[in-house]
Amino acid sequence: MRIAAVAIINPKQTPMSKQEPQIRSKNFNEVGLGYTKEEAIAEAKRCLKCKKPLCVAGCPVNVDIPTFIAAIMGGDFNKALQVIKTKNSLPGVCGRVCPQEDQCEKKCILGIKNEPVSIGRLERAAADFGQADTPVQQTQGTKEKIAVVGAGPAGLTIAGDLARIGYQVTIFEALHKPGGVLVYGIPEFRLPKAIVEQEVESIKKLGVDLRVDQLIGRTFTIDDLKKDGYKVIFIASGAGFPKFMEIPGENLNGVYSANEFLTRVNLMKAYLFPGYDTPIKKAEKVAVIGGGNVAMDSARTALRLGAKKVFNVYRRSRKEMPARLEEIENAIEEGIQMEFLVNPIRILDDGNGWVKGLECLRMELGACDESGRCRPVPIKGSEFILDVEQVIIAIGTSANPLISTTTPDLKVNKWGYIEANEASGQTSKEGVFAGGDIVTGSATVISAMGAARKSAEAIAEYLEKSKSEEQ
Amino acid sequence: MYKILTKRQLAPSVKFIEVAAKDIAAKVQPGQFVILRLNEAGERIPLTVADFNRNKGTISIIFQEIGKTTKELGLLKPGENISNVVGPLGQPTHIAKVGTVVCVGGGVGTASMYPITRAFKEAGNKVITIIGGRSQDYIIWEKEIGAISDTLIVTTDDGSYGEKGLVTKPLEEMIRKKEKIDQVIAIGPVIMMKAVSNLTKTCAIKTMVSLNPIMLDGTGMCGVCRVEVNNETKFACFHGPDFDGHLVNFDLLMHRLKTYPAEEKISLEKCENCRCGHN
Ligand SMILES: Cc1cc2nc3c(=O)[nH]c(=O)nc-3n(C[C@H](O)[C@H](O)[C@H](O)COP(=O)(O)OP(=O)(O)OC[C@H]3O[C@@H](n4cnc5c(N)ncnc54)[C@H](O)[C@@H]3O)c2cc1C
Ligand SMILES: Cc1cc2nc3c(=O)[nH]c(=O)nc-3n(C[C@H](O)[C@H](O)[C@H](O)COP(=O)(O)OP(=O)(O)OC[C@H]3O[C@@H](n4cnc5c(N)ncnc54)[C@H](O)[C@@H]3O)c2cc1C
Ligand code: SF4
Ligand code: SF4
Ligand code: FES
Repeated sequence: MRIAAVAIINPKQTPMSKQEPQIRSKNFNEVGLGYTKEEAIAEAKRCLKCKKPLCVAGCPVNVDIPTFIAAIMGGDFNKALQVIKTKNSLPGVCGRVCPQEDQCEKKCILGIKNEPVSIGRLERAAADFGQADTPVQQTQGTKEKIAVVGAGPAGLTIAGDLARIGYQVTIFEALHKPGGVLVYGIPEFRLPKAIVEQEVESIKKLGVDLRVDQLIGRTFTIDDLKKDGYKVIFIASGAGFPKFMEIPGENLNGVYSANEFLTRVNLMKAYLFPGYDTPIKKAEKVAVIGGGNVAMDSARTALRLGAKKVFNVYRRSRKEMPARLEEIENAIEEGIQMEFLVNPIRILDDGNGWVKGLECLRMELGACDESGRCRPVPIKGSEFILDVEQVIIAIGTSANPLISTTTPDLKVNKWGYIEANEASGQTSKEGVFAGGDIVTGSATVISAMGAARKSAEAIAEYLEKSKSEEQ
Repeated sequence: MYKILTKRQLAPSVKFIEVAAKDIAAKVQPGQFVILRLNEAGERIPLTVADFNRNKGTISIIFQEIGKTTKELGLLKPGENISNVVGPLGQPTHIAKVGTVVCVGGGVGTASMYPITRAFKEAGNKVITIIGGRSQDYIIWEKEIGAISDTLIVTTDDGSYGEKGLVTKPLEEMIRKKEKIDQVIAIGPVIMMKAVSNLTKTCAIKTMVSLNPIMLDGTGMCGVCRVEVNNETKFACFHGPDFDGHLVNFDLLMHRLKTYPAEEKISLEKCENCRCGHN
């Protein structure tokens, strides 16, 4: 009987339709079109609704996956969304950008023999078709004032969580738009900005006061906020300080950090120039350096701006690329030329201060560490030049030192990330908590949200405790 | 929304506005700037805080209308709003009692120089100010900056007012006469800051300049504002905008400012109001 039930399960995931590569590489519309309701229900039927679901443990916020999938199977998208929202306040975002193959789907039991359930796409379907307000807890009297620094995934999550249980939350965001990397980094074709806006609106509806144009460390310091009566401050400022390669030619015209390139295009909408005022250089031949999501996003953005040839230069092999699998596949389908085991050593000047090429060295994989990650070593005499007139550097970011340097009693580690208790987010400074990329370094949307969620509980506890001590 | 309270024309295509921005006014120090965005489609541009009134909660900005955004800003009337103003940005100018300070302001840079000059004066320094412009019409803020300087020297390129010549001329004379100068601050066009730095380098007079590269976020997030100082790359919005003039690669800065000439022209041509509107 049991065997029969398993046998009828489709070993393959229900495919999701996408825009064709030749078409999508010329527009900024979303690549993945999402499941129809019918496709979602068909995929939901593949799930075994395990009693001890392994997938849940793979999700950093422990979304109750079998329950929401069961709701979709019954066609109840509202309920599915409601179930997800009790754990994850940004389902429309996570369903699209979570590295599911490393998280929930990696643990799915079906994945042992067949393809795992497409949990991410189902989560997206719940957000696309369902409607559900997150429940607000009724509280007596007003609770304490809490300040959140940064309106990225971590800041938005904690603001929502704390507002829901009655705290007065104000978010201070440096840019003119909330969303963090979701609005300035991840491109429209992967995460439509309208979705981020919807999710921000639903958090504002909970009573969160969102103040843009507020750079903490300058407009106010952390200590100013304390003096202003904020009982707790949660720092969620991300890791947005761009790294450069420190190779010759990096300050030539035509060299962009990925952050600059993507911010111009996404936040400032330079792809709509001159309808929008911010310009971007459109180049024919572009090299993007790096192997993560940021590199993929930059390369695919360059293509959409009209580049004829885009090279992605990565010093290790495809196996080591930290970018999401789906996005690497998308990039290759669109015609991005992958240059694996290649390390840039110099950016060439055309004689007028503009980029004329990227000089690189071929690498081979040397000794490997325990995790199987192997060190690339240069092959002598293998120099060659990529003929490009634009170079985008996407080799990572580090912590912006603005907050730590203006808050002397806030401890940071040797890389400048804020030291915070893993379980609570508590920092070295009384009443100050932190979470997301500013603690861990660049990670993922959902891990930033997971940290925020844990910290929200710890903060509520901390405030209850200090109240009872006062009495 | 940030309301424009007053507005004045100071010189051909140089305007003054006073903007309600309570939190920035409370915090700003001489040498800092803001980034503003006029509307939803607007660019983010950096402008120095030329003055501030902490009690009234206002900041003043003096700007030259050179491209689409500054021209559109020039068209806004008192009572109208600017969508976004963030600040104060950058490190404040390092102010100390050093003795005699020469403040050199070129063109609209004179406005950026004003709060710095005042702070040096209040710190107990002897302040000699040199301001210059193309012709008499282009000399701005003379009365204001004169009132806080021990000596004020004005130069014009065409000799229509003050001394004929560039701002470096009186400075050169002072150096030749071996007058005691402990520090120089220069703010203005890149070429002028370069000339001043080259001049003072010969006699090792400490010289600070305020750099004005292209910026985007102004928080350290994008790196477009990178400049070379002592052969190291720095982010002007974060480490600056003030740097030691003797260590700055001015040629690189000038070159990087010329990243978008074609796009700037398109923007300006698209801006219909910019062409006919005068108020
Ligand atoms: C291009 C790109 C693509 C990515 N793709 C993926 C993906 O596909 N999947 C995935 O899971 N992850 C992806 N990531 C990583 C993910 O976006 C981050 O891990 C996540 O956004 C971190 O969230 P956060 O809230 O900690 O910080 P952020 O999203 O960085 O938000 C921080 C916010 O704080 C603001 N801020 C900073 N300093 C201050 C200050 N001093 N005062 C006030 N506000 C301040 C910033 O402006 C920003 O809005 C990607 C990242 C990038 C850059
Ligand atoms: C820290 C700092 C303080 C400044 N303070 C003042 C000031 O007090 N008064 C004043 O008149 N000007 C100031 N500037 C220069 C001012 O920002 C530019 O004139 C303005 O951005 C031009 O915008 P636009 O759209 O009108 O012209 P555009 O047509 O865009 O550009 C005209 C020229 O301005 C420069 N520029 C363009 N975009 C930017 C940008 N985003 N950031 C900086 N420069 C740019 C380029 O050299 C360009 O060739 C300052 C610049 C910096 C970096
Ligand atoms: S939030 Fe991300 S990791 Fe968690 S279930 Fe959803 S897609 Fe999977
Ligand atoms: S492990 Fe897979 S099959 Fe089991 S509940 Fe989770 S998604 Fe469904
Ligand atoms: S303006 Fe972006 S880092 Fe300075």
